[in-house]
Order: sequence, then structure tokens, then C-alpha cells
Amino acid sequence: MDLDSVYRAEYGRCVATLVRLLGDINLAEEAVQDAFAVAVEKWDSLPPNPGAWIVTTARNRAIDRLRRESTREARHAQALLLHQRDEPEEVGPVRDDQLRLIFTCCHPALSPDARTALTLRLLAGLEVPEIARAYLVPEPTIAQRIVRAKKKIRDARIPYRVPAAEELPDRLAPVLTVLYLMFNEGYAATTGPLIRTDLCAEAIRLARELAALMPDEPEVLGLLALLLLTEARRPARLGPGGELVLLPDQDRSLWNRALIAEGHELVRRCLRRNRPGPYQIQAAINAVHTDGDATDWTQVLALYDQLQAVLPTPIVALNRAVAVAEVHGPAMALAALEGVELPGYHLLPATRADLLVRLGRVAEAAAAYDEAIALAGTETERTFLTARRAALDI
Amino acid sequence: MKQYLLAVHMVEGEPAPAPDVMQKMFDQVDRINEEIRTAGAWVFAGGLKPADSATVVRTEGGTTTMTDGPFAETKEQLGGFWVLQCADLDEALAWAARCSEACMGPVEVRPFEDEPAA
Repeated sequence: MDLDSVYRAEYGRCVATLVRLLGDINLAEEAVQDAFAVAVEKWDSLPPNPGAWIVTTARNRAIDRLRRESTREARHAQALLLHQRDEPEEVGPVRDDQLRLIFTCCHPALSPDARTALTLRLLAGLEVPEIARAYLVPEPTIAQRIVRAKKKIRDARIPYRVPAAEELPDRLAPVLTVLYLMFNEGYAATTGPLIRTDLCAEAIRLARELAALMPDEPEVLGLLALLLLTEARRPARLGPGGELVLLPDQDRSLWNRALIAEGHELVRRCLRRNRPGPYQIQAAINAVHTDGDATDWTQVLALYDQLQAVLPTPIVALNRAVAVAEVHGPAMALAALEGVELPGYHLLPATRADLLVRLGRVAEAAAAYDEAIALAGTETERTFLTARRAALDI
Repeated sequence: MKQYLLAVHMVEGEPAPAPDVMQKMFDQVDRINEEIRTAGAWVFAGGLKPADSATVVRTEGGTTTMTDGPFAETKEQLGGFWVLQCADLDEALAWAARCSEACMGPVEVRPFEDEPAA
């Protein structure tokens, strides 16, 4: 019996349902943790519906806990809970509850850092030390962010509900951002080891849940497709010695075919809906990268033009320049990077360096590599760039 | 229902807007106030005189002292406020967005302590 995987799969769902039943995040978390502690003792084999078992046990535990406490607030909560017990028996965690909780965790009134930490804690069930390790932030900082966010949710009465249709575009964006950043931090960590698979896996799991809950939101499908198509290439991203392997040099046989097929199907679904957005376009770009034996750069460039029109950021300009180089040559790409500024981001000078090499301007390339090496945050990337710098024929 | 303070800040010493801009702002605020009343969210609202008209009163050990000026020696001072009753923060934030537009400045939303349950 694999209690760990049950915990991973059910924790967030159960907490979400208990938040609705108890009206309080802390009580809900305690109750679910109590229930899992009971499960460790009592389960010889998995019950038919582990989620339902946890929800029922957690609710009973919460009643016990509230009975022991005599504050007015606790008595009120207990009355609420007992009242709900008379209603038809819950069959298990309610999926909409998870959706409610993710919108609460990613509420725009919370700081962006707190949104991610809270989502990882409540919906992914990650412990504070795990979140701290993933973001290389001291544990007390993460703990404080979570405590503060929960306090604000309670004090300011941040609602526990799925936003109405007219609010959805504004409210969905921060949710997608949290999942995207969670994945990105796992896939291309800013410091420490380059890839942290636990963050990638959680981001994909939550994106899958979100896509199942909101199948009519094309940007949700687009985000999921983007994550899947990126994740699919992960096995080929590092060489046998842990060194970075760029897309054209990757061994395509290592790519995860199942994830690619799933990602392509989602991109096709998005295309049929014809309501493009930034995540869908990025997913489409990654679909082209993972289609056939080589990338069709003309198509990629056309998609980047489209992306730049809806998302005119320096990062998009940088990535578009890479496609420009493949289609129109390095001189045009260098011109496209003119005026692009990304202070502190190593991939801008690194890209510029690669283009300068292709133009035979080695001295300038060396300087750009030096700049990139100084800015790179992971050892893997520093090693990669240093090797490129050393290979220059100066 | 929960009560929220929607606070408007004014920066001391900044020149007052032109009279026509001021008039426009007053009209806009009147209109939003009417909407708030109609929606049943109204508790109280008002604009304040500049902070240099404030007096801080302090009573300690039976002695009362008075100090000219506001609590905080900062440029940003409370310029006016609404107190609204809303179902939740989202409702308060939606009003705040409208109020911010009407008074042409940022609005700080802050929940009141809950009344002790009767």
C-alpha cells in the first residue's frame, strides 16, 4: 500500500472540501492531517475510496476537536458542522472545492510569493521545508508567508468560491501564472540544481485538475499543453554527465511520446476553439518543436510574431530572435535584439553571444559569454557557457 | 456582512487639481455614492480637511496633552474614506475599483474587526 501517493493525490482535495465544511483553512488542514495520522494506524490495505474515508474521518476529528474547545467561535463552527452532517452523505472530496480553493490561494489581494507558497502547501500538500528547498528560501520566510496569507484570507474575508464568468478572465490569470511559475522554477531553476522534478510534477498535476474542472477555458488547456510538451523533452535536456543539451542537439528518442501526443491533442482542441491566448500560442510553438524530426522554424517564427502581438515582453522578443536567426540568419536576429533589455538575465547575453559567433565576431562573442557566465545562476548553465566560451577561436 | 474601510490618500503639499478637474471628481464621487446607497452597501463616507488641521489628544496618568498635527509625520495622509458593508473582499474590491476611478487616486481596502457575536 502506497500511502505517500494517496497523500499526494488526496491531500489537496480533502483540504479543499474540509475548508468548505469548516469555513476555516487552519481547522481544515489540522483535521486532514489528523485523518491521515489515523489512516497510518488503521489501514492494512487501501479502502475502496481513500478520499471519502479521509473526508469523513477528518470531519469527525474536527467535531471532536471543536468539542474540546469551548470558545464561542468553536461552538458556532461545531453547530455548522453538525448541521451539515444531516445533509446527504458526501461521497468524497468534491472537485469544485479544489477549484474554489485554488482561486482563494491565488487571489490577487495576496502577494505573488504568498500565492505560490499557499498553493503548494494547501493544494499540493507540500510541507514548509519542501517548499523552502524548492525555492531556496529560508523555512521561516515560507512559513511566515503562509501564515500571513491565511490570516489575510480570514481577516479580510477573501471568498472561497469560483469567480463569476465576468470576473474569470482577471481571476484566472494569476492562477495560471502560479502554475506556470511553479513549473518553470522546477524546470529552469534560478539557482541550485537546474531541474527540480517535484515542482514540475505538482504544477502538471494541478494544471491537469484545472483543465478537468474548466474544460471550456482554452488558456487552461493551453497552459497544460505547454507544460506537457516542455516536460516531454526533459529526459533529453541533460546529457550523461549532467551537462545541458540544446534543442537541436537533443536525442529525440528520449522524448516522452505519450506526453507529446497528449500535448498535441490539447493544442488541436485549442485551435478548434479559435480563442488564442499567450499560453495556447506558446503551446503551439512547443507543438511545432516536438513535431517530426526537425523544427519547422518558419512556423515557429510566425507563432512568435503572433505571441509578440498579444504579449510584447522582452522575454518573448528574445525567444523570437532565436527563431529569426533560424529563418533569416544571425544578422537579422541580432538586429531584432537591438533595444531588448533584460537586466540580470543570462540568456540575453548568451543568445547574443551565439549569434555573434555565427557572424564570426568572436571578440564580441567572448565578451557576451563572459557577461552571461557572470549572470548564470546554476552550475549546469555556467559549465555550458564556459565550454562555449572556451571553444571560441580567438 | 462585513465592513470595510476604503481609504483615499492625499499627498500633503501637492498642488490641488484645477477647479474643473475637482468638479469632475466631485460629480463622479456623488454618482458612485448614489450607486453604493442603492446597492445597500453604504455605511458612511466623507472627505477630510488637510492633515495640518488635525490635533492629536493623548491622556496618560490623568494628564491630557494636545499636539498640533496628525499622528504620522508623513506626506501621505488620509484624505477621505468610505465605510461599506459587503459580503466579502471581492465585493469590497469591486467597489474600490469604482471609487478609485471616481476619486482619481488609489484606494486602500481594509477590513474592520468583526463585531463579537451576540
